[in-house]
Amino acid sequence: MKEEIILLAHGSGGTLMHKLIEKQIVPVIGKEKLLQLDDAAEIEIQKTRLAFTTDSYTVKPIFFKGGDIGRLAVSGTVNDLAMKGAIPIALSLSLIIEEGFKLDDLERILKSIAETAEAAGVEIVTGDTKVVEKGSADMIFINTSGVGIIPQERKLSGSHARPGDAVIISGTIGDHGIAVINERENLGLQIPIESDVQPLNDLVNHLFTAIPAEAVHVLRDPTRGGLATTLNEIASQSNVVIRIEEEKIPIKDEVKGACEILGYDPLYVANEGKMVAIVDPDYAEAALKALKEHEKGKDAALIGFVEKVETKPAVFVKTILGTSRFLTMLTGEQFPRIC
Amino acid sequence: MVRLIDEFRRPELLIPLLERIRQFDDRNYAFMEVCGTHTVSISRFGIRNAVPKNIRLLSGPGCPVCVTSQEDIDRAIELATLPNVILATFGDMMKVPGTRSSLAKEKAKGADIRVCYSTREALEIAEQNPSKEVIFYGVGFETTAPTVAFSVLEAKKRNIKNYSVFSVHKLVPPALRALLNSGEVKLDGFILPGHVSVVIGLKAYQFLADEYQMPGVVSGFEPLDILQTIEMLLKQVKSGQARIENQYRRTVTFEGNVHAQKAMEEVFKVVDADWRGIGTIPESGLTINEKYEEFDASKRFETKVDYSIEPPNCSCGDVLRGVKLPFDCKLFGKGCTPEHPVGPCMVSSEGACAAYYRYDRFINAEA
Repeated sequence: MKEEIILLAHGSGGTLMHKLIEKQIVPVIGKEKLLQLDDAAEIEIQKTRLAFTTDSYTVKPIFFKGGDIGRLAVSGTVNDLAMKGAIPIALSLSLIIEEGFKLDDLERILKSIAETAEAAGVEIVTGDTKVVEKGSADMIFINTSGVGIIPQERKLSGSHARPGDAVIISGTIGDHGIAVINERENLGLQIPIESDVQPLNDLVNHLFTAIPAEAVHVLRDPTRGGLATTLNEIASQSNVVIRIEEEKIPIKDEVKGACEILGYDPLYVANEGKMVAIVDPDYAEAALKALKEHEKGKDAALIGFVEKVETKPAVFVKTILGTSRFLTMLTGEQFPRIC
Repeated sequence: MVRLIDEFRRPELLIPLLERIRQFDDRNYAFMEVCGTHTVSISRFGIRNAVPKNIRLLSGPGCPVCVTSQEDIDRAIELATLPNVILATFGDMMKVPGTRSSLAKEKAKGADIRVCYSTREALEIAEQNPSKEVIFYGVGFETTAPTVAFSVLEAKKRNIKNYSVFSVHKLVPPALRALLNSGEVKLDGFILPGHVSVVIGLKAYQFLADEYQMPGVVSGFEPLDILQTIEMLLKQVKSGQARIENQYRRTVTFEGNVHAQKAMEEVFKVVDADWRGIGTIPESGLTINEKYEEFDASKRFETKVDYSIEPPNCSCGDVLRGVKLPFDCKLFGKGCTPEHPVGPCMVSSEGACAAYYRYDRFINAEA
């Protein structure tokens, strides 16, 4: 057992990573808050509900269609706060830079960080810079942490999905993963796919203006591991069954095509600017309407419902042939097919 | 623009076709698909469970990762750990367990193993690292083999001397012959591979009908393609005929891709090859021929592999012959899962066990 080593697949967002967190990390350092395994932790200080989160960003290439590592580092952390219903207040920014990195590129990344932070209405208030020897890091790694304030009436958690609830996705899935892989691997697919990387706090706020706070039960951004993995996390945290319909999931034609070529399932491809909203069924229509009104939610769709658990938490997808099948978490990494 | 995906996934076309298949008749049929992409499509779209129980869809030796012999897997791992070597491989081979290790584990321990999406990338790595030896791990059927052949031709043309190929490529038609010769599984027809057939053409399967009276239909990969193929096979069997038909006419021709075939003939020679689960099949593999032997990694590098054993209790071999379903393996979902795979069929995205694990567990047909 102890001979085991960390493999790349331990970081892919799938089952191996969940096991690493649950079996290795939580038992050693876990207290009650960590055990909730939400995108951000909630801390109450003198009746103010604070959301606190941290995330490290590594992406290859660091500049890609639709974004860059800087935009990703701000959006990702803002979104982790927003998924808790928090209004993001401040971010920290920590850079680990490889010796030899071009100053021009750094400037480009910093500008992108500044722009994204301004658009999200969040300030970068503290930071750190380290430079490591060539080969000790791959160009640049960024860590951001964020704090936000959760309005009293908002009570979001991955564990709050209830039978009957409606499952909504805020837009097309797979854009980020396909855009990045197309550029990283130089696949040369002539597709106009841009990453969807964007802060979602404005979309979240818009949703809360349209329906009562207590009608929004779960918000989650389906990043690594894709929609399938996120829905499984929610099902297991809430101890429910989630049933979605394949036909209703919005996917761009280009993403579908690229997935077919590579042998990927778009349900497992990463997103960086989409969210799953699980809401009270009585407000499903209003929630959908509100999301669609907003530029960042214009392709939103109701994709399924939450049901009572029978034997164990699970996600099912109804195929276009009308059959149902089990939708599992991502296992390992997705690799293109060989033929 | 023809929408090549959605047009083939429209329920208003699929449901009536499915109904016709359901109403066809009551006799038992067993059709085998011999392409991993078909296996995944059939599982992912729920086709296996949408067709009536009297039509059994079996998975054959259609996943190139899965049919690679244990010894060849061990040999590639040995090659990867040689000093001064970069092993370039398709990602799907990374986690396949060898007898002692896997490429993923060796990479984590420090071996220079690069996941490539094409041979072009492997050639680039060779050019960028002139002081290293770059070995491309050539796994795949007739679909992949031509691209590897082209890479060798290109390396020769550009005088890239530090590039070579460890070729364990396999050919589909000899495997079909071996399956039929064994008589182990009773089949009523083959769902023939789409991508492979783009290269080798319909003509490569004529022997199935002529010598074995076995119906075969080359099929596309969308749900509409596969259902149509099943209906074509049902009609052939009922009429007592055996023909090789082409459902995938939008891409597959009778002759195939002659340009690709020529490149394969130029660079490779056909040899007997070891297949997992099936054993040695005569004239079923491709190795680099004498003319290009400077690019043959198995000639350029010495490896000693005398320890290979297939994992105990693993049924991959039986699964690949269609003798067992993945569910019938006692390790399935218990000792063997995609995160901790025992056999290759659970590793590869195209493997039958991985497809059944991901898509076919806890099925309940509601239509």
